Amino acid sequence: MAATDALPSRLRRLAAAVRRALAELVASCARRHGGAQGSSAAKVFGVVGGLLAGSGAGGVELPEDRADAMYHRWDGGGLTAQGPALLVRKSIAEKVSLAATYYVDMLSNASIDVVTTASPYKETRSEYGLVADYVYRNSHIIVAGSSSSEPDYEARAVNLDVAQEVFGGMTTVNLGFSSGSDDVGKKNSPEFSETARHWRYRIGLAQILTPRWLANLNFEAVSDDGFLGSPYRTALVFGASVPERVPSTRSSRAVKLSILGEVVRDNVAYADYRYFWDNWGIGAHTFGAGYRRYFGEKLLADAYLRYYLQDAALFYSDNAQTETAYVSRNRQLSTFSSISAGARISYRAATLPGGYPLLVNGAYEFVSYSFDDFTDVRTGSLYSYNAHVLQLVLTTKF
Amino acid sequence: MKARLSISLRLPAASVVLLLAAGCSIQPWVKPYERERLADPIMSMSNDPLSDKHSVHVREVREGARGATGVQGGGCGCN
Repeated sequence: MAATDALPSRLRRLAAAVRRALAELVASCARRHGGAQGSSAAKVFGVVGGLLAGSGAGGVELPEDRADAMYHRWDGGGLTAQGPALLVRKSIAEKVSLAATYYVDMLSNASIDVVTTASPYKETRSEYGLVADYVYRNSHIIVAGSSSSEPDYEARAVNLDVAQEVFGGMTTVNLGFSSGSDDVGKKNSPEFSETARHWRYRIGLAQILTPRWLANLNFEAVSDDGFLGSPYRTALVFGASVPERVPSTRSSRAVKLSILGEVVRDNVAYADYRYFWDNWGIGAHTFGAGYRRYFGEKLLADAYLRYYLQDAALFYSDNAQTETAYVSRNRQLSTFSSISAGARISYRAATLPGGYPLLVNGAYEFVSYSFDDFTDVRTGSLYSYNAHVLQLVLTTKF
Repeated sequence: MKARLSISLRLPAASVVLLLAAGCSIQPWVKPYERERLADPIMSMSNDPLSDKHSVHVREVREGARGATGVQGGGCGCN
């Protein structure tokens, strides 16, 4: 009994001691960081141990005014997706910057899913986006909305991101939220109508380590609710085709660490690692590394490697031998790995009339996918394929 | 007993003070005038926004993993 009475008393004394210590520390920090002007900031310093030590003098700058036109192409596994994309960004009154984007995916699909269960098809997806950036001192607020439309799928999303420079501008803390809402349809089946909702929560830290080294740490949680499968995809159970059955909720987490540094003058090396896990049982690792250097004053070249591997979802099966509530043969949920090698060139090509620079950006990536438990039913062997990814971007800044 | 209790309370309090004081003493060690190189395009963690959007999209529709790419404005649930 005495021991239980003593515990709250001990906690109260400990709290009082910590309060006194904090008060002394706040006063110390206030003196260190400068009198009355620093006093409110010093309270913050005291609470977080001085890590957020004041703000940079310059403040955050709005993104540059620019116009981009891109041609993109994916070609692999029987599927070709290509099209144009446009972006125009213009600032207003030096506080707000508005951007509009337009992105088109023209699909020609004869992938293994399609040729083994249906007929090849073509369709177009168009996406419109609006972005508003607002800066105030060391804060950068981004509000964005997008709408994507294809014959059997409509998706809308809104995003809010806030970036705050702290610690004399050496650290940037990012917080973001997205909410998406989809309408899922099925071609030639007007009675089929499903919905899905998506939520994303992200937090990030960008840190200047030295005058030549940077690091980023990002975390993102994603939750989904609704129809998360495909109305066309089938699974195999005892060798027979059945419509896939996928859970109606999913929750995932991902954390990524990136580091970049100038190892020799005008030569930069970078690397990143991401770990992903979700409640469908998928765990994935992504490794990336690259090297970048200038050739003269106008040409910046970049070469990189990327390795990705994942475990299958709990309900994934190449050919299920038991009846289960959920079953899928979506190879995106299977055990597989991919290795990519890519190169990117940025060239300051010319100066347009009016003095605007013209930048040409070209990128090519080769990707090789190897599936460990997805059989090509046409050959009976495990499926694998290669893909080629192309980006060509023209940019001017004004 | 009371003196012993008082000592046992001071120790954690002193630890907290030391920890926070150490944090307070950390100053930004890369000054603004030392950040010139960081503004060069070669030091960018990202590419142009359209290229990043395309790269993230083609991976997210083929891989089980998603998120934490650092590219803002994800959330398109398109298939």
